[in-house]
Amino acid sequence: MSPLFLFLSFVALLSALGVVLAKNPVHSVLFLILTFFTLSGHYLLLNAQFLAAVNIIVYAGAIMVLFLFVIMFLNLNEETEPHKPALAKIAAAIAGGSLLLILVAALRNVNPAGYDPATFKSQIGMVDQLGLVLFQQYALPFELASILLLAAMVGSVMLGKRETGERNF
Amino acid sequence: MTLPALGWQGLVVLVVFGVSLLIATYSTYAERVIAAFLQDRVGPDRAGPFGLLQPLADAVKLFTKEEFFPAGANRALFVFGPCLAMVTALMSSAVIPFGNFLQFGDTIIHLQGIEINVGMLYVFGMVSLGVYGIMIGGWASNNKFSLLGAIRAASQNISYEIAMGLALIAVLMMSGTLSLREITLQQSVAGEWHFWNIAKQPLGFIIFIVCAFAETNRTPFDLPECETELIGGYHTEYSSMKMGLYLFAEYINVFVASAVMSVLYFGGFNFPFQYELRDWLVSSRGLELVTAQNIITILGLVGLFAKIFGFIFFFMWVRWTLPRFRYDQLMRLGWTILIPLAIFNIMLTGGLITFGVIK
Repeated sequence: MSPLFLFLSFVALLSALGVVLAKNPVHSVLFLILTFFTLSGHYLLLNAQFLAAVNIIVYAGAIMVLFLFVIMFLNLNEETEPHKPALAKIAAAIAGGSLLLILVAALRNVNPAGYDPATFKSQIGMVDQLGLVLFQQYALPFELASILLLAAMVGSVMLGKRETGERNF
Repeated sequence: MTLPALGWQGLVVLVVFGVSLLIATYSTYAERVIAAFLQDRVGPDRAGPFGLLQPLADAVKLFTKEEFFPAGANRALFVFGPCLAMVTALMSSAVIPFGNFLQFGDTIIHLQGIEINVGMLYVFGMVSLGVYGIMIGGWASNNKFSLLGAIRAASQNISYEIAMGLALIAVLMMSGTLSLREITLQQSVAGEWHFWNIAKQPLGFIIFIVCAFAETNRTPFDLPECETELIGGYHTEYSSMKMGLYLFAEYINVFVASAVMSVLYFGGFNFPFQYELRDWLVSSRGLELVTAQNIITILGLVGLFAKIFGFIFFFMWVRWTLPRFRYDQLMRLGWTILIPLAIFNIMLTGGLITFGVIK
């Protein structure tokens, strides 16, 4: 394990904990953005540049901006955070703890499947390779997903259109 | 004097960093001079010859002003906001190819901070992160006007990113690569007529430049700071150099946006008849090919900066010419005009590529 990997994992775990433990929702969002950055770093270590860049653009750049937008818009802060009863906290801790236990138990003895240097393709994560796979092997699901996104976009444009008789401010 | 290749590349990174800062510094001066020229005023002319030391005077003023923290502000994030704005602005210039390569003996220096094959996506990612500096700073100020500015910045950036990305897709359909260096090199081929992308993507360019104005928060889309409605928008509560960093980040963003537009649509470091000039230097002036190539590279560097300065001037020209949009007009323009136009542009480009009109 390279020191870079260890460092990224350390920051990722720390910031992921920060997301859960931070009292202030805005801090939580910022920790989550940091988590996405470390994940992008992991993608880069795996030689998947495209995935790393898209992860930053889509998650850190767009979705988290919307999260932050909503939190700021509703003016959520430490005072408005709902305080859950102790019973709910205990139940959540037990449920989360059992999930952790199961994951550790399941993954404890796993040996990562190594790779064969003879057949290993180092360019597999590059954008052109990804494009070939997407448009040849997975053309139908890819097109369906793109139509879904296009429909969502057209829908938002339609919602934004001014209707007749609507006042102009 | 032998630096390893990495050392030279590190030097290039430092130079790019310095040049970005220098251009941002003098953009503040240029903005005032151009404003004065357009409004038939004198403009800054006190500090130094032609007022050339004005940015220095401004910096001294900003550094010595009182460092003010508003009551109830989130101090850590209040400081973090401007820093983040500056960092994201500076990071995006790393992948821009400012020139081809210089060759001295066996050492080849690419005039580009770092070449990655998803360069365009990298720039796009950094641009989309740029809004965090504004949002965090605006929110941490604990002021409703700042918060409104921050919220406006967020929704404006997200809305215009979509149209910008769609305009970009049309360029990428032609180039088939995300590397800015490859896109530049494709726009000029030795020995044949080859047009810059602007000739093939006029509509895409118009969409892109409108979005660039919105993404850099420049007039007519400077709604996040909009002083007639929001006092100073997201930087209402800022003073001293933290305020300066916000203003600086905006000028660096303008510089990067200009550079990206020059690279994507105006041929980057290519200039007309460069190969003919190189061959003429070799055949008639008796220079070596390597020396001739170096001369062409330096001329190309100068040419790219001329294009960038042209765009920066355009940004300022528009600022002092057009009035500000209203917020609903801004959103309507983005969602109901630019996005459908960009989708139409993609289909048009696809059709033209299919029928072999452009490649």
